[in-house]
Amino acid sequence: MTEVSMTVNGKAVSGQVEGRTLLVQFLRETLGLTGTHVGCDTSQCGTCVIHVNGKAVKSCTIFAQEADGAQITTIEGMANPDGSLSPIQKAFQDYHGLQCGFCTPGMVMSAAALLAENPTPTEAEIRAYLSGNLCRCTGYHNIVRAILAASGQGVAAE
Amino acid sequence: MPKDHGIGASSKRREDIRFLTGKGRYTDDINLPGQAHACFVRSQVAHGRLKGVDISAAQKMPGVIRVFTAIDLEGVGGLPCGWQVTDRHGNPMQEPGHPVLATGKVRHVGDPIAVVVAETPEQARDAAEAVQPDIEELPPVLDLRGALAEDAVKVHEELSSNLCYDWGFVENNREDVDKAIATAHHVTTLDLVNQRLIPNAMEPRVAIGDFNPATGDSTLYTTSQNPHVIRLLMGAFVLGIPEHKLRVVAPDVGGGFGSKIFHYAEEAFCTFAAKALGRPVKWTCQRSESFMSDAHGRDHVTKIELALDKNGRFLALRTQTHANMGAYLSTFAPSVPTWLHGTLMAGNYRTPLIYVNVKAVFTNTVPVDAYRGAGRPEATFQLERVIDKAAREMGIDPIELRRRNFVTEFPYATPVAVEYDTGDYHATMDKLVEIADFAGFEARRAKSAARGKLRGLGVNCYIEACGIAPSHLVGQLGARAGLYEAATVRVNATGGLVVMTGSHSHGQGHETSFAQVVADMIGLDENMVEIVHGDTANTPMGMGTYGSRSLAVGGSAIVRATEKIIAKAKKIAAHLMEAAPEDIELKNGAFSVAGTDKSVAWGDVTLAAYVPHNYPLEEIEPGLEETAFYDPNNFTFPAGAYACEVEVDPETGKVEVCSFVATDDFGTIVNPMIVDGQVHGGIAQGLGQALLERAVYDEYGQLLSGSYMDYAMPRADDLPSFTVDHSCQTPCTHNPLGVKGCGEAGAIGSPPALVNAVVDALNRGGYEHITHIDMPLTPSRVWAAMR
Ligand code: FES
Ligand code: FES
Repeated sequence: MTEVSMTVNGKAVSGQVEGRTLLVQFLRETLGLTGTHVGCDTSQCGTCVIHVNGKAVKSCTIFAQEADGAQITTIEGMANPDGSLSPIQKAFQDYHGLQCGFCTPGMVMSAAALLAENPTPTEAEIRAYLSGNLCRCTGYHNIVRAILAASGQGVAAE
Repeated sequence: MPKDHGIGASSKRREDIRFLTGKGRYTDDINLPGQAHACFVRSQVAHGRLKGVDISAAQKMPGVIRVFTAIDLEGVGGLPCGWQVTDRHGNPMQEPGHPVLATGKVRHVGDPIAVVVAETPEQARDAAEAVQPDIEELPPVLDLRGALAEDAVKVHEELSSNLCYDWGFVENNREDVDKAIATAHHVTTLDLVNQRLIPNAMEPRVAIGDFNPATGDSTLYTTSQNPHVIRLLMGAFVLGIPEHKLRVVAPDVGGGFGSKIFHYAEEAFCTFAAKALGRPVKWTCQRSESFMSDAHGRDHVTKIELALDKNGRFLALRTQTHANMGAYLSTFAPSVPTWLHGTLMAGNYRTPLIYVNVKAVFTNTVPVDAYRGAGRPEATFQLERVIDKAAREMGIDPIELRRRNFVTEFPYATPVAVEYDTGDYHATMDKLVEIADFAGFEARRAKSAARGKLRGLGVNCYIEACGIAPSHLVGQLGARAGLYEAATVRVNATGGLVVMTGSHSHGQGHETSFAQVVADMIGLDENMVEIVHGDTANTPMGMGTYGSRSLAVGGSAIVRATEKIIAKAKKIAAHLMEAAPEDIELKNGAFSVAGTDKSVAWGDVTLAAYVPHNYPLEEIEPGLEETAFYDPNNFTFPAGAYACEVEVDPETGKVEVCSFVATDDFGTIVNPMIVDGQVHGGIAQGLGQALLERAVYDEYGQLLSGSYMDYAMPRADDLPSFTVDHSCQTPCTHNPLGVKGCGEAGAIGSPPALVNAVVDALNRGGYEHITHIDMPLTPSRVWAAMR
């Protein structure tokens, strides 16, 4: 067991981990931050996406030890300081960009990373960027609309 | 004007707040004090004699609490099948045992053999690798037709063959159908495969068993679409626990699509082991494990023949299907290729004579059961493909051919035992023609051609039987359960309502749409209505969510219970206002006496019900809480017309979906936003089937498509945006809301549209010999067909 320390959603945290402990396990099991999900065992689904030092990362693909000292943001850290939904989260609700909610934390984290890199993406750019995030419920249609709306671009009413 | 609240409003989903902030509570998010972790040891071969299991090394591994094999499951019964199909000779289907852990033989890759329970999931997994099953391999049974050969190896030795049943429907029509086909002006024949799919809800299955020694009560937390059904099946058939000592909780569930209807071995094991070990036992499925342990879907091989007269009128239809059951009968498996499939073969058309034959076959593969649409996609696909082929053969426009045969008068009794209550198939087709801009197709095609691409347009209709189901009817058909739904509406003293429903929401947004219904009926703010679901301890016995039944059946139960509430509240209001109950009107949450200005607020009445100082105690009880069970007297019949435009690259065979338009008649709509989303998701799964997805077994029975590396799930960049319309509405005539259900339509209606479009593109592009390509239409398959 090794001690790791990192900043998660603005709070300093630390804990004991095995060499094989994945970052997503550390978040879910040690820190109890169960908003980050595990949907696969081949790094294909994106339900575990978080931000590590500002970059979108599948937290099942790195060991907790590799994140020692990192700045981490998870879905639990995405709301406004008063607890209300941030613009991206709000757009997901307004445009019905989620159904069962299981892919949603990863989708929101990926969407936030996309908009940080490319503030006004086209539909094609959004679809390409999300190709690492699986959703079985929405058919992606409303996720794309939500991200377009969050980027301040017009979205046709339906 | 779109409504801003109540029935018909696109109310924002209240459940989204917790999902968007990471506060959802899915089963894997639950950790009980002292819990141990289970890991299943699964067969790595498709078929073999299990001669023994050596657990000695595993038992000594760090953290191991106990290793279980079949002999340790004392008193545990097999997993039950919930539907008994009768074959065409009147005999019951062959029904093999389905042990929780393999006994005597292993029958598919993934069949559970042993379970390690350890202190941590990692320790359980490490020790599971040390368990040594002794298996003498047998040749696997994989080919559906080969499995029925005289000398075929048997999956279950105790059965007379690998045939589960040979079903004929309607058997009395058989000779007439044969005669009509033999003498018809034109007969179109098509052989096709509806390939095996893996449902892949994004949340893998999880089960946590817990036992309370103080009360003797067991609790199971599980990823289920129907906790009451699991409680009944597991309690009564597997573990022998009466329902009052067993609680099943299905909290937030991350999608189901059918795969979480069924009772699985892991649920029974964790519940059993928690009692045996005296501590909670948790199992979380790894995705690669879910590929070989969740029930699969579809897997039909079909020959369909459609007989037409010279004007293109349908005379008769005959279909013969081999349906794969897999190695065991999953909970509702026998019903899928029969009653959920044969009864839909009339489609939207007046075909006077229909005969459906289905041979269900055991093979050494994962059990197959209901997956989004369940039987109805298989029916729609073959029917709408054969109609398209017939149109091409007879030189009739495919839309015109469909229109000539539409059912136009309702109610309409089909020759396959169902009665469509209402519909308007011309209206949805008219709408489709309008929004999909068929008039502009030629110009779009020319543009594609200029870029070297072949453009095609595919159209089809669909109908489905939803709102499952009238209990008396399904009882006659072999269901071993009723299919009603239940609701309890509890009004609190200060006026807020709690609605407890047997339906289960795992993405459908019931917490929002059910509240809209109740709020609308009383005239209250939706936020005064709370929806409770998913826990057998605090909801009435209901049958859960599948078959697009929640609003049509569960919603109707809520309406009935709310009507009882209103009736009683009116009596209380009448007493308070010294008027006759018949004269009381309820509007916008206030009771008034007709023709007067007397009124009392909703809250005054609810308070009086619980503080009955001035109250007609001699006539009515205090309190305001009512329960209703609703059993539908017919199915509902959502129907629609879909159009797909594709571009095919003749160099590579790659298909690109350019546009997809769906026009659906779902009857009354409660929340249009949610309905749109359901259709989008259904279309994505249907296009996934048509373009990408396929469960593949090799000749040894190894599942080659066993992870997201090999099983092609539709991703955001595989799909276009969709156009969906549900403005054509013929309300259901027999449920109080007039709703029909919308959850499966997209998955049912979209695969034939895509395939029709690709065949159209290829035919227009000069490849007239191509009449069909089996799904998924991967570049290699399309390219091969063109060669
Ligand atoms: S859990 Fe699937 S990509 Fe991380
Ligand atoms: S909302 Fe269910 S997987 Fe995306």
